[in-house]
Amino acid sequence: MTTQRDAFGARLGMWLFLFSELLLFGGLFLLYAVYLARYPSEFAAGGQQLDTLLGTGNTLLLITSSLTVALALSALQQGRRQLCQMLLCATILASLLFLTIKGIEWQAKFGHGLFPGGAELETLPAGQQIFFSLYFVTTGLHGLHVLIGAALLLWTLGLTRKGLVSAENPVMLENSALYWHLVDLIWIFIFPLYYLLL
Amino acid sequence: MSQQNDRGFLQASNLQPLLFDWIFSVDHKRIGLLYLYSVCAFFLAGMVLGLLIRLELIAPGPTIATAQTYNALFTLHGVVMIFLFIIPGIPAAFGNIMLPLQIGAQDVAFPRLNLLSWWLYILGAFMALTSLFSGGGPPDTGWTFYVPFASETPTNVSLALLAVFIIGFSSILTGVNFVTTIHRLRAPGMHWGRLPLFIWSLYATAWVQILATPVLGITVILVMVERLIGLGLFDPARGGDPILYQHLFWIYSHPAVYIMVLPAMGVISEIIPVFSRKPTFGYKAIAASSVAIAAAGSLVWGHHMFVSGMSDTAIMVFSLLTFLVAIPSAVKVFNWVATLYRGSISLEPPMLFALAFVFLFSIGGLTGLVLGSASADVHVHDTHFVVGHFHYIMFGGTGFAFFAALHYWLPKVFGRMYNIKIATIAWAIIFVGFNLLYFPMMLVGLHGMPRRYYDYLPQFQNLNVIATVGSWVLAIGLLLMFANLYRGIRRGTAAGNNPWQAATLEWVVTSPPPGENFSQPPQVTHDPYDLQQAGKP
Ligand code: HEM
Ligand SMILES: [Cu+2]
Repeated sequence: MTTQRDAFGARLGMWLFLFSELLLFGGLFLLYAVYLARYPSEFAAGGQQLDTLLGTGNTLLLITSSLTVALALSALQQGRRQLCQMLLCATILASLLFLTIKGIEWQAKFGHGLFPGGAELETLPAGQQIFFSLYFVTTGLHGLHVLIGAALLLWTLGLTRKGLVSAENPVMLENSALYWHLVDLIWIFIFPLYYLLL
Repeated sequence: MSQQNDRGFLQASNLQPLLFDWIFSVDHKRIGLLYLYSVCAFFLAGMVLGLLIRLELIAPGPTIATAQTYNALFTLHGVVMIFLFIIPGIPAAFGNIMLPLQIGAQDVAFPRLNLLSWWLYILGAFMALTSLFSGGGPPDTGWTFYVPFASETPTNVSLALLAVFIIGFSSILTGVNFVTTIHRLRAPGMHWGRLPLFIWSLYATAWVQILATPVLGITVILVMVERLIGLGLFDPARGGDPILYQHLFWIYSHPAVYIMVLPAMGVISEIIPVFSRKPTFGYKAIAASSVAIAAAGSLVWGHHMFVSGMSDTAIMVFSLLTFLVAIPSAVKVFNWVATLYRGSISLEPPMLFALAFVFLFSIGGLTGLVLGSASADVHVHDTHFVVGHFHYIMFGGTGFAFFAALHYWLPKVFGRMYNIKIATIAWAIIFVGFNLLYFPMMLVGLHGMPRRYYDYLPQFQNLNVIATVGSWVLAIGLLLMFANLYRGIRRGTAAGNNPWQAATLEWVVTSPPPGENFSQPPQVTHDPYDLQQAGKP
């Protein structure tokens, strides 16, 4: 069947799927925009309580991992399988590190009672409660995508080891890399909106 | 051997249990039929619920149901009809079967993803049904799941929402598959200007599926999380705003109206030229209007919220935009009528359903403008006028187009013809029953009867009795139609490869189509409605 080998088609399909992922987050960004307009000072106060250092660290991690996955792809295309696998491992490692840091951040917020239903949060003004609710939903959903992306990369790694993903047939790696870039891209929006601008 | 080939793709492999042949098949035709069977089953289930709703409304006061049961009834009816019947109806069932055949491809771009879509759809349906019998009882929010009620009612809303999410995911995957297929797998000579109009409509629909459905996804996730841990994002007591839920919901659900109706328009655009023996009038205008509807339709969601609380400016803008979307829809209607003009019309069953579509859809569209003008909407919002209006669009429009597609394409899919005379009688009964059912509903709505109540004031009774009797007539017609189609599939006379002398590619292959659509990629040499060339690729 010729249809199976259409690499361009496979990439097109992935792009289309990524559009729909973007719009999934689009709904959350829409809520952010509306509530920011309604509660500017409360959002600023909420943003101040996020840990910019950890946020920046995570941003650097994700950008680096986007680079390593791109390098993994070009390594594969040059036939350097060993290097490709190492770069993939590095990417997956970065994703796990990202999740750990995210976990530490959440942990701290939980410790201060700053979570939906938490005692401390209930005492804050309405706008700040909204801020933290949005923060948890958005970073939670993003974290889930990090996890999915990492699983995808792990699977690709397996296929690369078996030689099923190769210079001749790189589609799977191309597509998981695309997905990973999306995960990165969404974070690039989340980071300034929640940690920096406010 | 020749015996086997007659059955085409329907031939059992005999390598595994017959059921596995189907539910694990990656053949687009089989997946399409899986969808078709499921969709028809859910339609019948939804119909029974609709009949029960109507029965309750035959007299004021409790008749067969309590208020709570009634709430559950219309919620289920809405959820089943919208998410399980009408959204997957034409695109996933007939789209799957016909898309590759009509563009001269062997299959869709991602056959395995296609099977996954069906499995997700069934999983979602299963969860929706489970939500009836578990947890706090059947959901009672209406199919719109408005907060704050949806985040507070003790009924099993969370599971129903999860079901909607999963079905939405399935719909996105189908969209991705179709766009890729149309871009990549057209046969040589099948350039964009030669795409059948059904394919154009699937293309526009697929984009809406990809871009609008995720917004519904995030919306239902938010309500689920709200019920689980209480985010307060839509809770005024905690700074949230329930109106924002409505915005998010309709940002999906208005475009979803086009997911429902565009493929239907595509079916009609296939049928009308064939039974008028004339090429379509305004091919380009019809194709472009599909895309225009999909694009402009994403900007009008606010017309569902004229009385929910919006600034006057926003109301005016949304009202104006709503009027603008009517234009491409009207373009289609005028082009169909122009195609009929001086055609040599033959009133076979597919054509009868198509003509009924044009008539009923026009009524639905014009009453839509009544609702689109904000000042009139203030009076009829949330009355039975709205219920009548959207049944004219969804049922009179898409439902009838679905029936038209059944009568048009089943002879191709199964190679057998149903009884034409019975089909015609069934059509007449359905048409009469339909109008008897929904026209009085619009009238009683104009008199002020609100929707979603099991009870009403005594002065509304006459019209309600007529509507309920209409629902019985309609149901008889539908049962007759389905029985006739079923008999046709099982025991009908051989239909031949091209019973309607149509010129699109699916009629070139045998009926039923072979397992492998085309032994070699066809070289397309003519336009889809060049009826002189019927039967040639
Ligand atoms: C088969 C015959 C049908 C009958 C007798 C019927 C009857 C009704 C009635 C009486 C209502 C109003 C309930 C109320 O507001 O109190 C209703 C609501 C509804 N119907 Fe139907 N209907 C039928 C078919 C369909 C079809 C084919 C569709 C869609 C394709 C559909 C979609 C809906 C929806 C979405 C609602 C709104 C539910 C809600 O308010 O949440 N119905 N139907
Ligand atoms: Cu609308």
